Amino acid sequence: MKTATRQTGKRSRPRSTSAKAPKAAKAAKAATGVLGLDEITGGGLPRGRTTLVVGGPGSGKTILALQFLVNGARDFDEPGIFVAFEETSDRIVTNAEGFDWPLAALRKSKLFFLDAQPKPDLVQSGNFDLSGMLAVLEAKVKSTRARRIVFDALDIILALLPDHSARRREIYRLHEWLLARGLTGVITSKAGGDDARVHADQAFGVMQFMVDCVVILNHTLVLGVSQRNLRVQKYRGSRFVENESPFLIGKHGLEVAVARTLRLATVAVTNERVSSGIARLDTMLGGGYYRGASVLITGFPGTAKTTLSGAFAEAACRRGERTMFVSFDSDGSEVIRNLASVGIRLERYVKNGRLRIVSARTITGSAETYLVHIKSLATEHDARCVVIDPVSTLSKSGNEQTAHSVAERLIDWSKSEGITMVCTSLLDEMKSQTEASSPLQISTLADTWIHLNYLVQAGERNRGMSIVKSRGTAHSNQVRELILSDTGVTLTDAYTAGGEVLMGTLRWQKERAERMATEVSAVAGKLKRLRLDAEEAELRVRLHSLGVELDAKLGEKELLARTTESLETTSTRDRTRMRELRGADVAPKTRQ
Amino acid sequence: MSHRKRASNAMPRPVCFEFRLYVAGDSPNSARAQVNLGALCRKHLAGCYKIQIIDVYKEPNRAMLDGIFMTPVLIKVAPSPVRMIVGTLNQSATLLEALGLVPAE
Repeated sequence: MKTATRQTGKRSRPRSTSAKAPKAAKAAKAATGVLGLDEITGGGLPRGRTTLVVGGPGSGKTILALQFLVNGARDFDEPGIFVAFEETSDRIVTNAEGFDWPLAALRKSKLFFLDAQPKPDLVQSGNFDLSGMLAVLEAKVKSTRARRIVFDALDIILALLPDHSARRREIYRLHEWLLARGLTGVITSKAGGDDARVHADQAFGVMQFMVDCVVILNHTLVLGVSQRNLRVQKYRGSRFVENESPFLIGKHGLEVAVARTLRLATVAVTNERVSSGIARLDTMLGGGYYRGASVLITGFPGTAKTTLSGAFAEAACRRGERTMFVSFDSDGSEVIRNLASVGIRLERYVKNGRLRIVSARTITGSAETYLVHIKSLATEHDARCVVIDPVSTLSKSGNEQTAHSVAERLIDWSKSEGITMVCTSLLDEMKSQTEASSPLQISTLADTWIHLNYLVQAGERNRGMSIVKSRGTAHSNQVRELILSDTGVTLTDAYTAGGEVLMGTLRWQKERAERMATEVSAVAGKLKRLRLDAEEAELRVRLHSLGVELDAKLGEKELLARTTESLETTSTRDRTRMRELRGADVAPKTRQ
Repeated sequence: MSHRKRASNAMPRPVCFEFRLYVAGDSPNSARAQVNLGALCRKHLAGCYKIQIIDVYKEPNRAMLDGIFMTPVLIKVAPSPVRMIVGTLNQSATLLEALGLVPAE
């Protein structure tokens, strides 16, 4: 019968919340103030209901529970009571001093601790129940107007109960009491997280079925690296993120990693371009990277990934933007020295405080830890541009599983902050050399992906650069050769010959051969022209001499004509004279 | 519930016992504890005892001061040492020993 009423109650809940205005639906949840958990649960823990937090030793149950109270008291004006079954309240408070919680101030008016540790010399004789505690709490709730209550390590007290039915009874009693008072309760209990043994323990099973929300905390070691995960196993009447989410215990308490924070929606997308630091690369990208974009530079070791990202950092500093360079490989001074050798001078920017070089070799731990550190350092530095070299460190041994989601969140975060981020990613030489085998698979998330590789040809290794993708920008499809010199980084066109790209000496040879061929042909042309000129001149000379000859001939001809004419004239005159002399009459013409 | 004598000492004791029994209203466990305590006192303490019964519902603050989180709880205030026994006080060797009624053997 009891089950029946509970079920109807539970069934009516989602209906009523969904029918109501969003404001009312929001009120049905008690915000935890735990970063990420409120996103996972869609607003917080069920208000006026009970939530069970389960986890192994050291999984962060107490911290989560206390944080729930602290945030409630501090931010939502909901006083809380912490019932400590395991550790004394003093120890809990001392342990929590590492967090930025105003415990001392809150304890005065809004946060109350109740020590309920069974005394070690407690003698048990027969059955007992928790009515005493509830009576005490009743009075406490009334006097403090508490809205939230935590039972930390309830398993301790349940273990004292003689049998399963007694445990079940007391759990039920507690649950009913909480429901009747409308208190938002959190019960923490030790268990092996998602372990199957949880269900073997009957009392525990009862608890899991009874409460409205179950949060499971896991703390495991993967290849020696601590990985913490949180999972909401159930949440009656509400949607929730069902997957396991990594979390971290940081300065503010638990920080649960969620892929997309709610803030992301408000980010303005801009068309502003920022220089990559290499003029020709900017041209290739049609003006540079987009502001707020995530750029991925992949390549094998030594392909000048760091140099390319250093150029970006220098350009950012030159523009006057605060920049952070996170190096997982080397110390800050080494980075400066190495980049100075290729004409990228960062030292002055480090000195004037614009550039912050973080050597992250010292940070150890899970990928989550890295992410949190990077975030907090960037926020501290107020960075607009961030370089992470190489981001593939995140997927070092032990972090393979989480690295992708961390990288995803890193990009989400940088976007939501409007930070332009350049990440380099080391490709494993042993792995297949296809470009897509970036270990983090963040290539799909990155806006611009530049790939660097070696081209081994004719006993040389040369660096080739190509833009694999660049969202929203027209970009060159050509492979360029990347040349590092002490004056800086430049790109040159690569020659293609016979379907192959030529670089280095081969490119130089090719260039030289072409230059020579041009010269040769120029000379040959000149020669030919000269020869033609000569021929022309010769012809002209010949033409002239022929003219002269012609003139001579013509003169000769004229002379001849004239001579002939005069001869004729003479002979005619002579004949006439002779006839005159002979006195002859006109002779017949035929005789002539 | 049977009251089985496991070990008894008929010799009257010079010291008088002072008990404080915390109960939660008339819940079954609390009621049983009251009955059991009365029987035990009559049997072993022969009139030299004082029992104060406190209802946690009526005096929660007092319960809080005494650190009462389970009910029923019996506090042996005198003779020292002060002992706290939780449960329905079913008569057992453990209980008698805790009250100092049977010397540990």
